[in-house]
Amino acid sequence: MSTAQAVPAESSVNYLNANYGIKSWLLTFDHKRIGLLYLASITLMFFVGGVPAVLMRLHLIEPQGALFEPETYNKLFSTHGIIMVFFFLVPSIPATLGNFLIPLMIGARDVAFPKLNLMSWYLFIIGASFALYATLSGGVDTGWTFYPPYSSSYSQTHVVAVALGVFIAGFSSILTGLNFIVTIHKMRAPGLTWFRLPLFIWAMYATSLIFVLGTPVIAVTLLLLGAERILHVGIFDPAVGGDPLLFQHLFWFYSHPAVYIMILPGMGVVSELVTAFSRKKIFGYSFVAFSSLSIAVISFVVWGHHMFVTGQSVYAGLVFSVLSFLVAIPSAIKVFNWTATLYRGSISYEAPMLYALGFIGLFTIGGLTGLFLASLATDVHLNGTYFIVAHFHYVMVGGAVMAYLGGIHYWWPKITGRLYPDLWARIAAAIIFIGFNLTFFPQFILGYLGMPRRYAVYPAEFQVLNVMSSAGASILGIGYLIPLIYLTWSMRYGPIAGPNPWKAKGLEWTIPSPPPTENFTEIPIVTEEAYNYPVAELRKYSNTPGVARV
Amino acid sequence: MSEHTEQGGNAGHVVPVSTYVLVFFALMAGTALTTGVAYIDLGRWNTVVALAIAVTKMMLVVLFFMHAKYATGLTRIVILAGFFWLGIMITLSCSDELTRTWEIVPKGWNMVVPFVSHLF
Amino acid sequence: MSELAAHGAHPPGFAHQFETVGQQREAGRLGMWVFLVTEILFFGGMFASYTIYRALHYESFVTGSHLLEVKFGATNTYVLICSSLTMALAIRSAQTGKRKGQIIFWLILTMIFGALFLGLKLRFEWYRDYVDGIVPGINWAYNGPHAPGVQMFMCFYFFMTRLHALHMVAGLGVLTVLVIMTARNKFSPEYYAPLEISGLYWHFVDIVWIFLFALLYLIGGRYPGS
Repeated sequence: MSTAQAVPAESSVNYLNANYGIKSWLLTFDHKRIGLLYLASITLMFFVGGVPAVLMRLHLIEPQGALFEPETYNKLFSTHGIIMVFFFLVPSIPATLGNFLIPLMIGARDVAFPKLNLMSWYLFIIGASFALYATLSGGVDTGWTFYPPYSSSYSQTHVVAVALGVFIAGFSSILTGLNFIVTIHKMRAPGLTWFRLPLFIWAMYATSLIFVLGTPVIAVTLLLLGAERILHVGIFDPAVGGDPLLFQHLFWFYSHPAVYIMILPGMGVVSELVTAFSRKKIFGYSFVAFSSLSIAVISFVVWGHHMFVTGQSVYAGLVFSVLSFLVAIPSAIKVFNWTATLYRGSISYEAPMLYALGFIGLFTIGGLTGLFLASLATDVHLNGTYFIVAHFHYVMVGGAVMAYLGGIHYWWPKITGRLYPDLWARIAAAIIFIGFNLTFFPQFILGYLGMPRRYAVYPAEFQVLNVMSSAGASILGIGYLIPLIYLTWSMRYGPIAGPNPWKAKGLEWTIPSPPPTENFTEIPIVTEEAYNYPVAELRKYSNTPGVARV
Repeated sequence: MSEHTEQGGNAGHVVPVSTYVLVFFALMAGTALTTGVAYIDLGRWNTVVALAIAVTKMMLVVLFFMHAKYATGLTRIVILAGFFWLGIMITLSCSDELTRTWEIVPKGWNMVVPFVSHLF
Repeated sequence: MSELAAHGAHPPGFAHQFETVGQQREAGRLGMWVFLVTEILFFGGMFASYTIYRALHYESFVTGSHLLEVKFGATNTYVLICSSLTMALAIRSAQTGKRKGQIIFWLILTMIFGALFLGLKLRFEWYRDYVDGIVPGINWAYNGPHAPGVQMFMCFYFFMTRLHALHMVAGLGVLTVLVIMTARNKFSPEYYAPLEISGLYWHFVDIVWIFLFALLYLIGGRYPGS
């Protein structure tokens, strides 16, 4: 990237222009460059995973299916799920924003193990390559859940290649999580105690716990599945004493906490956005911090709610149902605290804030609908229907993706040193919000009315809602393309941002934009709490003169 | 946690050779014991004894060979967390796999009293 | 910048994202322990599956277990315990500033025990199992009682011991690198972190085998009538 005109002296040499050449990027140990390598890769994977989604929604305009054979449709939803879950959502915020920001936010020069950091990116690329190869040579049709016996004995698709890709990408995330845990424990700047950390760091720490504790289990599970498929030994085959549900237990032991891997970093981003754009200290800091940890811990004891109707014992169903209700509590605590932070804050509606507000609303809807599914009796009716599809898209897309976009926009000036055009950003945010709701709200209704998921055809009476959903999907797709355009444009033509365009609190805003390679010329000594916004400012905006309730 | 000494943690702690050799002989003895006990008929207790000896041997290796005895509290929490999570996985999976044939719930309120008294 | 001025005072192996050697040492140790936790969960998935199937098919698993010979399992356990001792002594030698020849001696002894373990498994257990036709998926010709459950047991036996052996092979690779590093005078009482954290890994692999021996070879006992 070439330097722009009239550049302030302190940002003339930064991590972007310190070295040139492709080798300096592909062999970098700088966490900021690695974050950008990830940003490029997962943006690519997002659009690769989005293509099958667009195709599916076009196909579902007709009740008998407009475009594809059922076998192809099965491959579409499987590919969409696998790419989006494993190769976009799981690494999205941690590998891009986490890698970039964690050392900056804690006052460190890099993560604890920079070489492992680079290795984790290469593992991601190798894993993604296997998955892409499998997709291009015909894909898999097992669903992203790979349930045996179909995946082990009957499917004629590239199960092993995709499983291998996921396996390798899993190690990428294990290394990322390991790096973050050690970095946060051991490399905080002097004076930066745990309870002075930004909540984004707490969220990333909790996410890293899940990376480290959960991912190895899906790795070994896919290994067992691959062995069953290749060697034809019936590990999950009832004929030789196996149990297909054992696969599901092992699979969901990771995959349920994995969904919290996807949402926790988003919640961390929202905590940052809400404070910055209401210029107010977070309400209930320690509650938000502990709720991040609670979510990480409780997420590991609820996985059976994915198996209520697949043959799990009723006793286990009862246990998992109760525990699943429990996990909603810390999430709710966070929503209450964000709302209380907004109250009497000095709110401005730049694009990142629009994404944060969208997150709070959409995540709440998604989370509440999760309670319908945690309840055994209602789950019997709703499981396997579009209600589930709507539920998880509300939390993962309305939640995690919006938080991701909000974070990208918020920290874009720090990463690139440039400002993006906020008008276009707000327009895109609005289009995304509208498109998203139009796509997925009808799916709640469809699911409640009984339309099954993963079916290439549906009864004709559901057509209107399906067409609404498909129309929404087109709008959503356009909404996602707009940021790609103006963000790329801004890298060259955007106005220079300066160190702190949002006037936000946080160590990352005290250094130049883009930061120099070593981050800090002198390691800072931290003496104040997080989000230490001046109260007097609020007094200025408060309706009651002279009184600011914080 | 943000101040770090030059030495750091237990960098300087040297375990005497005698400790290592003692632990070594304890591990060898434990192996001999567990192998021998397997040939004695203890019924279901064979498994319990074998596991107990295995856990003891593991503790010796972790505490002395891996220096956990001289390590920080954080290290101990990390180790415990690993085993605790393994425990979660085994326990909750078993809560399904081993209860498939359990009687479910009593039908109707008039079953509640006999059910409750069944518990005692 | 004070850091640059003090640069010469940092020992070899110091990584510049850290502020002090002590910080680096603590970070390295914590990192290896966290990695070992991931390994607990990785092996743990297999241990969990094994536990469940054993509970559900106890008779078959006992029958399958009796196809294994305790003497080889026990010998291998003794061998690995010896290797753990030699590994601990190798680290201790570096810690106490012994000559590099002594460190290399203990490291090579550790590698010999590790290789012996693998050799015994390959020659006396896996090769014989292949010849006897009790390797599921590759050569399965078992005609005894409880055939399906015994096949399940042997599946787990082979997966778990092979996964363990793979970790041993990786360990031998790491030890080779350590020998080379020691020969090149990289270690001293101030800096022996790679030895220490590799030692943690090696001891972990030993612990996994301790449990594999107990769970695979000794379940149900080996007394007459079991």
